[in-house]
Amino acid sequence: MAEGCEVLVIGAGPAGLAAAATAAANGARVALLDAQPRAGGQVWRHDIAHGASRRARRALRRIAPVKRHFGMRVVAADPGARTLLAEDSLHAREFGWDRLVLAAGARELFLPFPGWTLPGVTGAGGLQALVKQGWPVAGRRVVVAGSGPLLLAAAASLRAHGARVLAIVEQAARDDVHAFARKLWHWPDKLAQAARLRMALAGVPIRYGAVVRRASGDSHLQTIDIDCDGRVETFECEYLAIGFGLVPDTGLARMLGCGLNDATHPAIRVDALQRTTVDGIHAAGECCGIGGMQTASIEGAIAGHAAAGNEAGARALLPSRDRARRFADALAHTFAPGPCVRMLADDTTIVCRCEDVTWGELRSFDDARAAKLATRCGMGPCQGRICGAALAELLGWSWHGHPRQPLFPARLSTLAFDSLATFP
Amino acid sequence: MSSFDLIVAGAGIIGAACAQSAAEAGLRVAVVEPGAIGGGATAAGMGHLVALDDVPAEFALARHSLRLWQAWAHQPEAEFQRCGTLWVADDEAGLELLRSKAARLSAAGMIAELLDTAALRDAEPALSHDVAGGLRVPTEAVVYPPRIAHAMLTRVTALGGALHHGRRVVSLDADGACLDDGTHLSGPVLVACGCDTPALLPELLMRPRRGHLVITDRYPGWLRHQVVETGYAASAHGDAAEAVACNVQPRPGGQLLVGSSREFGRAESAISPALLARMLRRCFRFMPGLARLKALRAWTGFRPTTPDGLPYIGALPSRHDVWVAAGHEGLGVTTALGTAQLFVDLFLGRAPRLDPAPYAPLRSVA
Repeated sequence: MAEGCEVLVIGAGPAGLAAAATAAANGARVALLDAQPRAGGQVWRHDIAHGASRRARRALRRIAPVKRHFGMRVVAADPGARTLLAEDSLHAREFGWDRLVLAAGARELFLPFPGWTLPGVTGAGGLQALVKQGWPVAGRRVVVAGSGPLLLAAAASLRAHGARVLAIVEQAARDDVHAFARKLWHWPDKLAQAARLRMALAGVPIRYGAVVRRASGDSHLQTIDIDCDGRVETFECEYLAIGFGLVPDTGLARMLGCGLNDATHPAIRVDALQRTTVDGIHAAGECCGIGGMQTASIEGAIAGHAAAGNEAGARALLPSRDRARRFADALAHTFAPGPCVRMLADDTTIVCRCEDVTWGELRSFDDARAAKLATRCGMGPCQGRICGAALAELLGWSWHGHPRQPLFPARLSTLAFDSLATFP
Repeated sequence: MSSFDLIVAGAGIIGAACAQSAAEAGLRVAVVEPGAIGGGATAAGMGHLVALDDVPAEFALARHSLRLWQAWAHQPEAEFQRCGTLWVADDEAGLELLRSKAARLSAAGMIAELLDTAALRDAEPALSHDVAGGLRVPTEAVVYPPRIAHAMLTRVTALGGALHHGRRVVSLDADGACLDDGTHLSGPVLVACGCDTPALLPELLMRPRRGHLVITDRYPGWLRHQVVETGYAASAHGDAAEAVACNVQPRPGGQLLVGSSREFGRAESAISPALLARMLRRCFRFMPGLARLKALRAWTGFRPTTPDGLPYIGALPSRHDVWVAAGHEGLGVTTALGTAQLFVDLFLGRAPRLDPAPYAPLRSVA
């Protein structure tokens, strides 16, 4: 039997927290689900050494009236019955809703290059998340590479935990990044944030228009070669934290039948009030297009108002949302992966790491389905979440058909609606 | 040049196998496939090479095909793994079925070993202690069908065959087949379109029978044989609107493929959560530890099912030079090679190695 509520919010990052708090403030009976054991999402992930930011603490206080289900991962959806199936470490549970808010966030975009599967090579956001949870990096040599301001935030976190950040390797050109920086006065809070990051990263060299050509090491990362305007530079390091920005997480939305836009990495299509194409389902934050924490918070509040029936409250926030989205668009334009990062893999570079499928095996196929059937690319535990985004970027393949359950690896007992406790 | 010795509509395992056999017999072959090669029932199924023995004509076709599959045992693209089949029973009626099955398989010259409970525990530790007996057929195997279909088509094109990929046969006429881009191909036509066969040959009855499968994460060594409950054959050959039977396969990489369900009258590919749950509980009954394993994905597929459960293989007497090889229900991978050989024998007027009468398309033409 499904547990019901008026507004069910999926994802407890900035967008989901704002949606849950706002819907509750409008008097709705609200439940909030997140796969992680604590609220905060990726950007406000709890830092065991430094605690939560003031902003995150404030957002967490506002969800006091909300029924919370953390450590509960949604694995399947039945749109007809308006139920979601979720599991925690022991139990399977069904949740029903009158209004649903999807705030599923985003994932990092990884682009394959020789050596990217070596231990020690991680996502930029991934290593940041690990150190916040206590992974020791003190005294370790780290290079942060890829594209976008996430690199600066990740480098600052790593440095705060004692890592020696040797360099930041940004694929965008220096002139483009500087032109973008000159426009920052339009968004004074972003200017202040940039200044804080610059201070935290004082002395760390930044290479612009530069890419990591190769990561090398016997059983763990030892060196990387970067290519900066045709000049090769080698760094000895224990970690390479690399990310080419974020892609919207749309799996649950697709399973529920919500329409997507036609971007290379599609986002959930929403109207001004964050309504998806499916009646009763709203979406907010990164899953509607990468926009950053501030956009996510505003969109979450709009969705929370709208889901609780307070349209006036939602409309009052539209100007600030539009302003935040403009910043996000300028950011995306500046840091969009350039052609050089699409040509890093050679024929022996693994693209699908679950099934060990190489670039050479894949590039002759016309589309994702044919490649998948013949090579098993995308059939492993990640179900194409990593290689699918890479191949969308590299070859323009679409992996965004109807997703099949479970959305994430789930116990067979859960798919049988049974808790593990039922079995000996 | 649009004239061929044979035009094959459909590049599933059946169409691909027939095209390969025809090309190897020296025929100039064209293959027309609108979707991915081996992308229909071929990709959706388990790829279990198994002899179901309770319908004589099906048993004969499967047995003959299993011998032909030996040629693929060392081809890397087949991912051939001889895990054997372990039939299991947890009640007296099932044990009786095991004994009669053992007798039939042995009489047909196949190796079939009855296992008592102790031998069963030894052979397959994951089985529940309530499982009372087993029958091991050690020569049976599993393969990866979509890659095989792909390899067969590669062979066809290497022999000079033409592949019209992304095109669909939309109609048949006195002289051949018309494609959806207006192309006309001249020559005899073999319809091997599985569930879509009635679109070209409406006189042949065919019902899609939906099935569910789940694949797990990797658990190397967790299961050694493909484990099938004795009730599976009744589920496959019965006419129930909805049936489930435990059928679990170890993939070469350590993943487990978990089935099975059968439903008539369901055209949509979306998973039925309730039936999936019923199917899984049926499997937990035989292998309780399955409940703890992680599923990576679940999907549905459609088995092309004829009224009597046997495939249509042969010429359509009511039409000029139109042939069919379709309707293999859940056994199309097992019987693909025998089907291809039988078809080519009939097509070339050679003496067939099997009696073709049970598969004659005419038998159900209204």
